[in-house]
Amino acid sequence: MMTADVQANQPPAPARTLTTGRLPRLIDVWVALGALVAAALVFAGFGHLDYVAGWLALGAVLYLVAIGILASIVEGRRWATDRFVRSLVIVAFLLAIIPLVSTLWTVVEHGITTLTPQFIFNPEKTQFDRTTFKTVLVAGVWPAIVGTLIITGIAALISIPIGLLAAVWLTEYAQPNHPVRKIVTFLVDVMTGIPSIVAGLFAFALFSLLVGPGTFNGLSAAIALCVLMIPTMVRASEEMIKLVPLELREAAYALGVSKWRTIVKVVLRTSVAGLVTGAMLAIARVIGETAPIYIAAGYTRTAFNADPLHGAMSTLAVVSFRNYVDPDPTQPAVTQAEAWGSALLLIIIVVILNLIARLVAARFAPKARR
Amino acid sequence: MSKRIQAVDLNVYYGDFLAVKDVTMTMEPRSVTALIGPSGCGKSTFLRTLNRMHEVIPGAHVEGEVIIDGNNLYGPGVDPVLVRRQVGMVFQRPNPFPTMSIRDNVLAGIRLNDRKMSKSDGEALVEKSLKHANLWKEVKDRLDKPGASLSGGQQQRLCIARAIAVAPDVVLMDEPCSALDPISTLAIEDLIEELKQDYTIVIVTHNMQQASRVSDKTAFFNIAGAGEPGKLIEYDDTTTIFSRPSVQATEDYVSGKFG
Repeated sequence: MMTADVQANQPPAPARTLTTGRLPRLIDVWVALGALVAAALVFAGFGHLDYVAGWLALGAVLYLVAIGILASIVEGRRWATDRFVRSLVIVAFLLAIIPLVSTLWTVVEHGITTLTPQFIFNPEKTQFDRTTFKTVLVAGVWPAIVGTLIITGIAALISIPIGLLAAVWLTEYAQPNHPVRKIVTFLVDVMTGIPSIVAGLFAFALFSLLVGPGTFNGLSAAIALCVLMIPTMVRASEEMIKLVPLELREAAYALGVSKWRTIVKVVLRTSVAGLVTGAMLAIARVIGETAPIYIAAGYTRTAFNADPLHGAMSTLAVVSFRNYVDPDPTQPAVTQAEAWGSALLLIIIVVILNLIARLVAARFAPKARR
Repeated sequence: MSKRIQAVDLNVYYGDFLAVKDVTMTMEPRSVTALIGPSGCGKSTFLRTLNRMHEVIPGAHVEGEVIIDGNNLYGPGVDPVLVRRQVGMVFQRPNPFPTMSIRDNVLAGIRLNDRKMSKSDGEALVEKSLKHANLWKEVKDRLDKPGASLSGGQQQRLCIARAIAVAPDVVLMDEPCSALDPISTLAIEDLIEELKQDYTIVIVTHNMQQASRVSDKTAFFNIAGAGEPGKLIEYDDTTTIFSRPSVQATEDYVSGKFG
């Protein structure tokens, strides 16, 4: 009765409806096109049609404003906010992938013509051209491919087991407030942010002390990569192992399975897909490193060296860097092509490794429900 | 196959916190003992001390004795791994191994321990365990499908099959039906009735009707208040506990006055 009295004194409530006005379905696309055209007209008015970045930015802003106003008139505030935020997210996403696509495009554009079997499977060499009586440089990156694989391979062989075992200890054995656990976690966090040049200097200094000053070799570069790789591996594996539910460990314990077997056959087996991905990320993190390898393994332009213990060794990243900043004075085009070619090859190698990791992960992933 | 368990003056601690105090009770072979009581009264904690599963939680430890067949589980030199091979456990939520097929889940106790078993023996054990768990008819044509592809009730029976495949003497069940629908619950209860021919079964349940349906003896645990240790209030034949308990708190609990 109280409510009835209160209602009687209130002004009559507006009629409630369950519908609101809606904009047509493809309105976002049309507004976006309109905004881009308007922005183009503005820039054309200033006579600067070539300012693509400015045109896109203005177009994005106009689009956001227009869709917001339009929706708030037709559809009401909640829908307007929804449209505005959704558009903001899409614009932010596009902004984020522009550098990525642009990099990829540039590398492919410059590098694709260089990629021939001759380029991939031979070292760089000079040839005497009998018709022009000139020595020409023939690009080739086989030593750098081998160097990349050897150095990264050694780094992975050292880092993945150490990182994995450290993660197992942190998650399965160490009590939550074990002092060593705290120290290890802290150091791993600090090392994750270590500049790669520091890792290179560390390895170079280490080998200078052990072997002698000015030692360049592949192993030294691999050690430098380990410094970068181990923290990534520890962190990634730790997170993956933590995802394995406690119930699965308990199930194994309740069957009279020892702790070590439970870890190997249940915990690691269940998380193997994530662990492979983590290892892959750690490899991808270091395979493109330039500075530490340049410092620790030096650089060799032509010599093929597959011995990680002696002598300078190149990797694709270093070859790309050197050829780009320090092109051959007589034939700059060849060395430039070599720089782009090795960059593209590096990307291709990472993609291949990624695909392999995906296959492995898919093969071992917990079987899907149904 | 089936053995008697005795808890003698058992205190269970989480770190410094006394969670369960002074439990002394005997669980008879070839029978079902139900542990009932309000949440937090320590019945699950007590259950887990019967195969040393509480040790999974850092800082958990016990004082007192749990005696199975004359051997103290907490005696010097006792390996908790060997204890758990004699005292199996089924958990609240079905937890089949997600990486394994139905067959491999049943054989998990053997496979994970690297025990050798011929293929035919393995098949025979799978069939026997699944038949024992009343699951064989439902899954016999899809033993290679993942364990997670089964329904919740089937998964729980798969977990029971897995537990009995390692031939334990005792099976502990920690609220095995609380995540299941009534039909699946009925299937598990029927199964418990059959399993007690061969095993000592101790079951924790929140469902008093379930305790009265499946158990031979019932133990009522209670807690005086937050921060107080749980205690064993009354332990008697199930019919006695549910018809004329000797302690007022038990009567209040089983008649639904609290809890």
